[in-house]
Amino acid sequence: MKISSRLQIGLVAGILIAIGLGLTLYKKIELGFPLLPGQRQAVWTLESKVSFKPIGGPIEISLALPDPQAGWVVLDDHFASSGFNFSVQELQGDRRARWTRQSLERTTTLHYKLEVYRSDIYDLGGSAVPDIVLPELTQDRLAAMEGMVALLREQSSGSESFTALLLQQLVREQMDQDAAFLFGSREESKLAVVMDVLAFAGIPSQTVKGIFLEDGRRRQKMDTLIEIYDGDRWHLFDPGNAQPGLPENFFVWQRGAKSVLDVVGGESSQLEFAIVKNTLPIKTVLFMEQQVKERLLLDFSIYSLPVEQQGVFKGLLLIPVGALVVVLLRILVGIRTSGTFMPILIALAFIQTTLLTGLVIFLMVVGVGLWIRFYLTYLNLLLVARITAVVIVVILLMAALSIISYKLGFDQLLTVTFLPTIILAWTIERMSILWEEEGGHEVLIQGGGSLFAAILAYLLMSVDLVEHLTFNFPELMISLLGVVLLLGKYTGYRLVELYRFRDLGRPDE
Amino acid sequence: MKWVTPGQLRKQGVLGMNSRNIDYIGRNNDRSRYPLVDNKLKTKKAAVQHGMSVPALIGVVRIQHEIQALEKLLEGIEKFVIKPAQGSGGKGILVITERRGDTFIKSTGAALDYRDIKRHTSNILSGLYSLGGRPDVAMIEDMIDFDPMLGNYSHEGVPDIRVIIYRGFPMMAMMRCSTHASDGKANLHQGAVGVGIDIVTGHSLYAIQHNRKVEKHPDTGFRFDKLELPHWDEVLRLASGCFEMTELGYFGADIVLDRTKGPVMLELNARPGLAIQIANQVGLKKRLQLVDEMRPIERKVEERIRLAKQMFGVVLV
Repeated sequence: MKISSRLQIGLVAGILIAIGLGLTLYKKIELGFPLLPGQRQAVWTLESKVSFKPIGGPIEISLALPDPQAGWVVLDDHFASSGFNFSVQELQGDRRARWTRQSLERTTTLHYKLEVYRSDIYDLGGSAVPDIVLPELTQDRLAAMEGMVALLREQSSGSESFTALLLQQLVREQMDQDAAFLFGSREESKLAVVMDVLAFAGIPSQTVKGIFLEDGRRRQKMDTLIEIYDGDRWHLFDPGNAQPGLPENFFVWQRGAKSVLDVVGGESSQLEFAIVKNTLPIKTVLFMEQQVKERLLLDFSIYSLPVEQQGVFKGLLLIPVGALVVVLLRILVGIRTSGTFMPILIALAFIQTTLLTGLVIFLMVVGVGLWIRFYLTYLNLLLVARITAVVIVVILLMAALSIISYKLGFDQLLTVTFLPTIILAWTIERMSILWEEEGGHEVLIQGGGSLFAAILAYLLMSVDLVEHLTFNFPELMISLLGVVLLLGKYTGYRLVELYRFRDLGRPDE
Repeated sequence: MKWVTPGQLRKQGVLGMNSRNIDYIGRNNDRSRYPLVDNKLKTKKAAVQHGMSVPALIGVVRIQHEIQALEKLLEGIEKFVIKPAQGSGGKGILVITERRGDTFIKSTGAALDYRDIKRHTSNILSGLYSLGGRPDVAMIEDMIDFDPMLGNYSHEGVPDIRVIIYRGFPMMAMMRCSTHASDGKANLHQGAVGVGIDIVTGHSLYAIQHNRKVEKHPDTGFRFDKLELPHWDEVLRLASGCFEMTELGYFGADIVLDRTKGPVMLELNARPGLAIQIANQVGLKKRLQLVDEMRPIERKVEERIRLAKQMFGVVLV
């Protein structure tokens, strides 16, 4: 009986470990999954919002889709088109999204979300040189334009420096007389005037529309750069600061004079962007996306889930790693923790708050909570009411901590909301009972043990490699299960027992 | 070097926590028998059925309403103990040593009236002293009038004798003496003194406090090496007899010595601690393995005690 039970566990555990490792190896060798996470890269999520007010009648909205250039790569894009007919059309090399609908009553917003990252940094490539269309000008504007072009020609050595000087007029405090007259016009935007001047000077030019990426922007509008052709190659300028070249954080949406957004049957249309930055191991992500499409087997992997669920799983899959830490500490080391899974949940919270802030918040909330809980002891309440009271106190404490820290300017403490409220309340309850029954010494031992386990679990869970392996090779969990089964049958000494029974080990002394 | 190697511990046959849980508790104790030992009321009833000596039960208060009948229940009773059936760590035990009319004198000397006693009972019922705050019942039983000879070895509490029973054999014994540091409780990790007792003679072997050897009681100053427990065979018989009652393979029996009744079984523990090994300066595992090697046949209590004495006698050098 004794042997067979042991053998059984060993066999089951061995098979489980082999299955997990085997699947991992298969994915690595046969499918070429990367075992290492690789470099992390900034991935931008752009959420474009097209809003407009319908004026009655059929509606047609057409949005130019970005044609990624200069090293930008689109990872993924989604359209939200509730109630609209939707199609993506390709016209003369341009992709446009088309939403149509017979009628609509209220102001509506359409969404287009895309994830982009810059795999390489290089300038825009060649482009067809547009014809120069001379502007139609009134007599006085014509004179001013002639004066300005002549002056700029005198100062410059070619098309490139001509444009640079022209744009510097825009950013300068005091413009020349001619420039001030031209740019002072109310009817035309400064950008249009610049284009007119360039055309007048015989320099082929076009606009480049795109977005300056900044993390956390909510209502970013599209920006425009100016591009000129000097007969040999294209030169790009940012009219905002007259600097040449493509800004590093500028995502090119469209090149040339075509419209970005057309709305038929609506007015006050707007195109706005919300921008979020994430840091991801991009090679892995790319690889997975590609594999999911190509292999039926992987269609049942976590990568086939929507992005939000993937995020949830990223956290869930880390829990077994934290649990393993607790199991090891309790069975092999013999550290006492208060509650089996409390350390894991605290560790998960630490991932959100960062370690030091998390520790400070945890100690503050538990400390004050314990103090209040001691008062509740005197009131002699029933268990459920007492726990509920502690939960409410904990939430009040969290709110107070958030408000006070915010007012004092410690933004880090705002992450207090990531700590699991109910777990905190139970921890306080447990600790206070422990205090009454076993004394403060035991509270220190178990509380310290729990925090130690939590910190260790946190450190392990926040390793890039661990996150990569758990998320991309979830079958490793099967191996983990086998290891835990084996640990469950460990009958050897715990590390702390080597100290506890130190006098017993050497009877001769 | 303050630490020992696993090899040294194995050589001494020390039982570790993991091995205790898997090899002995997990393998020999049927979960369905746990309530019998975890609930002192059930333990007592079973013990009475088996003809064992236990403190007499005066009454049980199960619901708040019954507290009103306390006065009738306690009529004419001078000394008694009120305790929760599922209390942990000696919490919620109220010992009344004297009575003057409707005034009750606690073991510490404080005077209580009926209102205090009723409130204490009510607290027990609402689970104030039970693990996890579970609702409980209050037991009222005879006070242990412990053997005066043991008074020298205990401070503010009743010294009890813990005997580890494996498959009905008494394996190891220890007397637990409360100290000022342990607040009158006989819990070793709270600072009570553990005294290893020779299975053969009932004579003390070693004494430890906080896992370190001590010579005499820190409060009373009495030396432990003079200690020899009276009624020792009776203690062993009582403890080993609990095997038939509980059907647990591995447990600890807590026994106290009453002045008039002799050894009385107080409670049982399905997960007895390992500190007893330090108090005896001997590993448990070696002894457990000796029992494992024996033929698994049914033996009478007397036979088991005789064999145990043969196997586990410790000769003091």
